[in-house]
Amino acid sequence: MIRLDALTKVYPTANGAVAAVDRVSLEVADGETCVLLGPSGCGKTTTLRMINRLVVPTSGKITIGGRDTDAVDPVELRRTIGYVIQQIGLFPNMTVAENIGVVPRLLGWTAERRRRRAEELLAMLALDPAQFLDRYPNELSGGQAQRIGVARALAADPPVLLMDEPFGALDPVNREVIQDQFLRMQRTLRKTVLFVSHDIDEAVKMADRIAIFRAGRLVQFAAPDTMLAHPADDFVASFVGTDRTLKRLRLIRVREIMLPGVACDARAGGGPTVTPDDDLRRVATLFLEHDLDTLPCVDPDGNVVGRVTRADVAARLATGAA
Amino acid sequence: METLTFILHNLPAIGERTLEHVSIVGVAVGIAILTGVPLGIAITQSQRVADTVLYLGSIVMTIPSIALFGVLIPILSKIGQGIGWLPAVIAAMVYAQLPIIRNTYTAIRNVDPALRSAATGMGMSAPQRLARVEIPIALPVIIAGIRIAVVINIGVTAIAAYIGAGGLGTFISRGISQTDIRQLITGALALGLLAIACDYSLLWLQRRLTPKGAPKRGSRP
Repeated sequence: MIRLDALTKVYPTANGAVAAVDRVSLEVADGETCVLLGPSGCGKTTTLRMINRLVVPTSGKITIGGRDTDAVDPVELRRTIGYVIQQIGLFPNMTVAENIGVVPRLLGWTAERRRRRAEELLAMLALDPAQFLDRYPNELSGGQAQRIGVARALAADPPVLLMDEPFGALDPVNREVIQDQFLRMQRTLRKTVLFVSHDIDEAVKMADRIAIFRAGRLVQFAAPDTMLAHPADDFVASFVGTDRTLKRLRLIRVREIMLPGVACDARAGGGPTVTPDDDLRRVATLFLEHDLDTLPCVDPDGNVVGRVTRADVAARLATGAA
Repeated sequence: METLTFILHNLPAIGERTLEHVSIVGVAVGIAILTGVPLGIAITQSQRVADTVLYLGSIVMTIPSIALFGVLIPILSKIGQGIGWLPAVIAAMVYAQLPIIRNTYTAIRNVDPALRSAATGMGMSAPQRLARVEIPIALPVIIAGIRIAVVINIGVTAIAAYIGAGGLGTFISRGISQTDIRQLITGALALGLLAIACDYSLLWLQRRLTPKGAPKRGSRP
């Protein structure tokens, strides 16, 4: 668990001291992804960089797994925290394998073990090890380089991952692909992730919890669905957007509101169907496209397992947070 | 034709003078690398110190070499070395400092801050970051500074013939005093070839040591 306690960073400027981060307290449970969200200059990156002590806090406390990070040597601390930055920061003088092996080498792993680990990570990220291990960073596309950046952060299997707008420089298509890939990996790896983003859609997609910042202060800290349903104030409401209800639809799965049972009707034969794992965006789209009020849910074999109705969708949206 | 005959008859002497020349330049640049590179790295820590050091270096470069030799004579006479090999090495080393310090400083300073941030954030100590990231990336520019220093030094050492340091400048100084065009051309030609040969071998080294993943400076197809 990562705990920030009244974390503050004050920078002296020509016009007096400015609090870049102002008494931020939050907790991220093990295995959770917390997205730090906000406009530029809101203190989210500074907060992240205080966790691995690239920025020294003015006051406040950070504990990781119950250990006060103040009491740990910063260099040792950073080797136990994966770090991904927006500019990727792959070292141009090292091959992909060497880049991935940076932290393992600092930890004293043998060359053979480092190489094996690099192969394993590349395979996990759907990059052919034989093809990529000995390439240099300038021989990679943006999306490939960013994947290697993630692999490098995971190399020594750190329990905590800090990601500073890791996918910000990618085109929308690539970003979606790498986001999905990361989510799949995260389901098995269960790292504790702090993820900086300025993109509400990315935050809603990636986060178990969103911490929204404004001018150095934490304005709201909640699960995406709660934040979209009940923005704490006008700033949060405008930041998450007027289409926040539409955004919520992608967070809710059919299985959550499905009425089980097969006795709905026989339309599953021809008309549109949904599966329990589809999100409500798809349901709403089908409702509108086909002017329906109810849809059958089918399992992967095509057997009807239940149905979902327009009224249930509306009721679910009205209840707000689960 | 006369010059060619002179060269052919004096090949052993030319070889010997070239060795003298190379020994002065080699020792001077060697010492300058050992002092200038660490200094260039050290001054990246403080803009003010860097400005001062580079300014002093520029002033030194404006001193004519013949004047520097003059200044060194009374000082080194105290240990009986007023003229000859030692003052030549010292003067050459002084002139080699600025290009090496300045290129090292610029190269280290120009390492992408994102790389530095990534290196530190991943848990490299400052010396590890320097050895594994900053210096390897800066190396081609540092070597470019050494190339400049070597070429400057080949010129400075030619003047050192006047304080009895030997070297290829001897042909030129004698050529002038004896109004012997053959010696003059021989010296100039040998110096030119030496400078070109050194520059090209260092360029080859520079390309070899350029990290494969670094942006190319027209070094590889």
